[in-house]
Amino acid sequence: MNLLETFYTAFEAVLAHRMRSILTMLGILIGIAAVILTVGLGQGAQAQVSNEISKLGSNLLIVSPGSTTTTTGIRGGRGSSSTLTTADAVALGSKTVAPDIARVAATSTSNQSLTAGATNWTTSVVGTTPSWEQVRARTLSAGRFITQDDLDQARSVVVLGSDTAAQLFNGRSAVGQTVSINGSTFTVVGVLDTIGSTGSTSTSSDDDLAIVPETTFASRVSGSTTRTSVSTIYIEAVSSSTLSAAYQEADALLLTRHAVTAATADFSIASQQSLLKTATSTDATLTILLGGVAGISLLVGGIGVMNIMLVSVTERVREIGLRKALGATPAVVRRQFLVEASSLGATGGLLGLGLGVAGAMVLPQFLNQPVTISAPAAVGAVVVALGIGITAGVYPAGRAARLAPIDALRND
Amino acid sequence: MTAILSLRDVRKTYASGHLEVEALKGISMDVHEGEYVAVMGPSGSGKSTLMHILGCLDIPSSGTYELAGTDVSAMTETELAEVRNRRIGFVFQGFNLLPSMSALRNVELPLVYAGAPREERRARAIAALEKVGLGERVEHRPGELSGGQQQRVAVARALVTEPALILADEPTGNLDSRSTEDVLGLFAELHKAGRTIMLITHEAEVAAVAQRVVRIRDGLVEEPAGTSAGAVRA
Ligand SMILES: Nc1ncnc2c1ncn2[C@@H]1O[C@H](COP(=O)(O)OP(=O)(O)OP(=O)(O)O)[C@@H](O)[C@H]1O
Ligand SMILES: [Mg+2]
Repeated sequence: MNLLETFYTAFEAVLAHRMRSILTMLGILIGIAAVILTVGLGQGAQAQVSNEISKLGSNLLIVSPGSTTTTTGIRGGRGSSSTLTTADAVALGSKTVAPDIARVAATSTSNQSLTAGATNWTTSVVGTTPSWEQVRARTLSAGRFITQDDLDQARSVVVLGSDTAAQLFNGRSAVGQTVSINGSTFTVVGVLDTIGSTGSTSTSSDDDLAIVPETTFASRVSGSTTRTSVSTIYIEAVSSSTLSAAYQEADALLLTRHAVTAATADFSIASQQSLLKTATSTDATLTILLGGVAGISLLVGGIGVMNIMLVSVTERVREIGLRKALGATPAVVRRQFLVEASSLGATGGLLGLGLGVAGAMVLPQFLNQPVTISAPAAVGAVVVALGIGITAGVYPAGRAARLAPIDALRND
Repeated sequence: MTAILSLRDVRKTYASGHLEVEALKGISMDVHEGEYVAVMGPSGSGKSTLMHILGCLDIPSSGTYELAGTDVSAMTETELAEVRNRRIGFVFQGFNLLPSMSALRNVELPLVYAGAPREERRARAIAALEKVGLGERVEHRPGELSGGQQQRVAVARALVTEPALILADEPTGNLDSRSTEDVLGLFAELHKAGRTIMLITHEAEVAAVAQRVVRIRDGLVEEPAGTSAGAVRA
């Protein structure tokens, strides 16, 4: 029997058992689409976080209160009992003590509701210094950034992130308008350029914030005039090659100022690289976890497919016996079932691949979350599903093909 | 005349659970080329079992079976498949048609495995169905045919390859006298053309057309084989 005839016979059998053919394909299809989407979601999240951290800039060091250097966990308080102060920031900015540090920007953050006319929008209000603009490598799309004068006079001026401006003013020019923050009226002096953060996964978006002078922040926003503690100090190194020198200088200076040793440090310094490393490693764990879940669903789907195939072959032992009685060799029978199982598997696999890819394109619009299609995961899923389908379809058929025709025919 | 079928002390024991049924208890017989043999015997006497062994569909528990001088037990699976396909046309007592296929496809199947080209296959299958009086029913599935029509499809399938040996297990069991006559006429034609025919029947009229009647009782041949042609005793 030639190949064409084998295909025709297999096709005929697939059509004759339409329902179970559809179920088999459905099992494979869903399994593969599930693997592609779950792994894609994990990898998409990972790519997104890496991308956002990369946007911080390669010259950047981030000083946070609390320590992660000891096994006892984070020491020192965050937020209200922050161990970092504006004085620390001023000291770090000294060219004589820390020659490799170009600029320093201390920030304090508070989530506040902003009101412009009848529009309300809650965002993180950041109190900082004019150097923030350069340290964070940001540009303005309109107006100006806060100035030293604003800072000295504790003026009620605010620079809005592009998303914030859009939310509050809905396309109208924001510069010159006023917004109310925590009961005080602020004048919008500038709007930041978009840096394209998708924002849904990061806690503070780089396009949704409101910048005020740190002096104004202390008096009008956080409500404490005596407050000098800050939540984060950003340090810009002179160049990326002097980043580690800048790190050493900042570390030594803060240890001295806080009168602590490396072992008892109440602050920690992170670079973009180190953040990237931790973030990607946690996300890799997530991807592995999601992949595991997807793998299990594939396995369950595979067992379903195996079950359908086994039942269908058992049902068809009589048919195998008859085909043998009419002159089919065991090899011909095996080939027919191989073609049947693999064409079902391949069709289901391709449809699953199509569904997975389509889902990866449609899903981000609903989840606000990128989905990266991983070729190894897709190929792996297809191979596993095909393998299961073919093994479950061909192995019992091969066994039935070894029976004497009359024994197969008698099978119920 | 050479023996195309030769059985020596063939036994067949079925083991179902711990119960053993000896269906054939030592059958020795020869069938010569071109012979027309009828097998008769009470229900459960082992006729179908014998036929299955002769058709290379089952293997004896002991004893030897030679088909055209070759010991069947020495044949490979592929050789057996070839024998079933080219040399033997088998009509099953239970028809054994594939329910999902049309009568035409069912009859075509042996030709598919013989590697006949599509057009030729179709033409021969239609011719075979016409011979059994089913020219109008080629596209019907077995479920859409009466018992007698299904039986005739089974006969057409056995004849379509024009085999040298036709083994038919009650091929007229479900047929009226007219259809029986048609099928017997076909067999008579094939016999005239030199083919060997062996059929199982319960009907004396059917057995009467055979040259020889072999009676089976309780797994044994009642009358020694090789008696004169046309020996029909009621
Ligand atoms: N698969 C089997 N397992 C166990 N016993 C069997 C099996 N097939 C047949 N038998 C037994 O073997 C004996 C012979 O059966 P066989 O089918 O050869 O009878 P038969 O002569 O063809 O009968 P009938 O005229 O009713 O068709 C019977 O007693 C039957 O019960
Ligand atoms: Mg019988």
